[in-house]
Amino acid sequence: MTFTIPIDNGDSVKNAEADSQRTLYPYVTGTSIVAIKYKDGVLMASDMGGSYGSTLRYKNIERMKAIGKHSLLGASGEISDFQEILRYLDELVLNDNMWDDGNSLGPKEVHNYLTRVMYNRRNKFNPLWNTLVLGGVKKGESYLGMVSMIGVSFEDNHVATGFGNHLARPILRDEWHADLSFEEGVKLLEKCMRVLLYRDRSAINKLQIAKITEEGVTVSQPYSLKTFWEFQAFHNPTAGAQGSW
Amino acid sequence: MSQSSYDVPAKGGFSFDLCKRNDMLIQKGLKSPSFLKTGTTIVGLIFKDGVILGADTRATEGPIVADKNCEKIHYMAPNIYCCGAGTAADTEAVTDMVSSQLRLHRYQTGRDSRVITALTLLKKHLFSYQGHVSAALVLGGVDITGPHLHTIYPHGSTDTLPFATMGSGSLAAMSVFEAKYKEGLTRDEGIKLVAEAICSGIFNDLGSGSNVDICVITKGNKEYLRNYMEPNPRTYVSSNGYSFTKKTEVLRTKITPLMERVEITEVTGEAMEE
Repeated sequence: MTFTIPIDNGDSVKNAEADSQRTLYPYVTGTSIVAIKYKDGVLMASDMGGSYGSTLRYKNIERMKAIGKHSLLGASGEISDFQEILRYLDELVLNDNMWDDGNSLGPKEVHNYLTRVMYNRRNKFNPLWNTLVLGGVKKGESYLGMVSMIGVSFEDNHVATGFGNHLARPILRDEWHADLSFEEGVKLLEKCMRVLLYRDRSAINKLQIAKITEEGVTVSQPYSLKTFWEFQAFHNPTAGAQGSW
Repeated sequence: MSQSSYDVPAKGGFSFDLCKRNDMLIQKGLKSPSFLKTGTTIVGLIFKDGVILGADTRATEGPIVADKNCEKIHYMAPNIYCCGAGTAADTEAVTDMVSSQLRLHRYQTGRDSRVITALTLLKKHLFSYQGHVSAALVLGGVDITGPHLHTIYPHGSTDTLPFATMGSGSLAAMSVFEAKYKEGLTRDEGIKLVAEAICSGIFNDLGSGSNVDICVITKGNKEYLRNYMEPNPRTYVSSNGYSFTKKTEVLRTKITPLMERVEITEVTGEAMEE
């Protein structure tokens, strides 16, 4: 059975152009974000790496940024799309300030806006390839939510993106409880980030922890975690099994 | 021209005869079966005096739970046990086969089996099947040379580790191990950590569930704790069950037989013709 394939050069050129206009795969990506609610607000941790496929291309990317007075946005996934989202939010906050009415956008509003943006882009088959974590405190109420690249959005007491879903969530489910102090919260986040450092190939040992409370946002200076490699079994793994590895 | 036929020696090694056939089938459009990582969380860890193995007890068939309480810790030798993840038939068959080979070897040598013997037999078998025998194993035991823990992947590669996890729940269990493992754990600490890791798999991975099985192997002794923990008991709405207070009054009884009762009487006399 033979059939002719209609060849129309014009169409193929148009299609190629149309394809290059939408995101098909991510290029420079950030790995997981882990965030928890604690006594005074929200704590968020991320490392500073930007991978270009399997190369660690950038080691100084800040993947958490303050939005307005009340929110903190963290993103994993395509870095250029994250920068685009920051531009949209900049415009949003600017317009909000121009009203000059004493009201300011809180985390719930920003989260809702981001959900709409992500979902609409997904419907046009041109997603912003990110998983966003939005945390904030307004009028004493802390808020922590997440939006994925297909527009799935929800809020919870603790969230994690990317590999964090598999490695950090079990720890958070077991050990998170309401009213964690700042020190306990940081310890819990560091525990998760350490496991991610051991087991996620795109993680690097340079992380930042951001805190958002009623007073505002503070992002810590980058620092590194202590790791332990001195297990006896790692010293000479084939001691008992000559010839294996 | 010489008439002598050459005596071709038996071909050893891997036979590639079927590869051409497989290629032809793929070209014709046959989708080759992909490996089903059937839900499981299996773990092993080395503690002060030996090895502790743990496993969940759920066997899945796609989205359905086929067996709520299966046994994933298989016996290899009195001092060696093996947890299996992947296709249940493959793990059962492979561990059974190697267990028999180990027993015959014990009879021949007159010595206790060593863990590396089991390791080598398993990896040789799995490698020769190029990953088609979908068995991912955590092998642990204590022999004359000490406690050993190994993981074996379906393609035949192995790792020797102080703590290991396999299966779909391996990341959830590994996060518990990476956060809490330290060397020189006592027996109770080790069992607690293994149970925690399996519970992490049970509650955070959809492919794992039901109960926790644990096996503790030390020098000269082994304890198989089947259903060590049952964190998913079946709870009934009412602990007393249901009771109907008032008995229904019987007003009338009428029985209508649906099939005619036929009486068969033996005819004395001549027997029936065949």
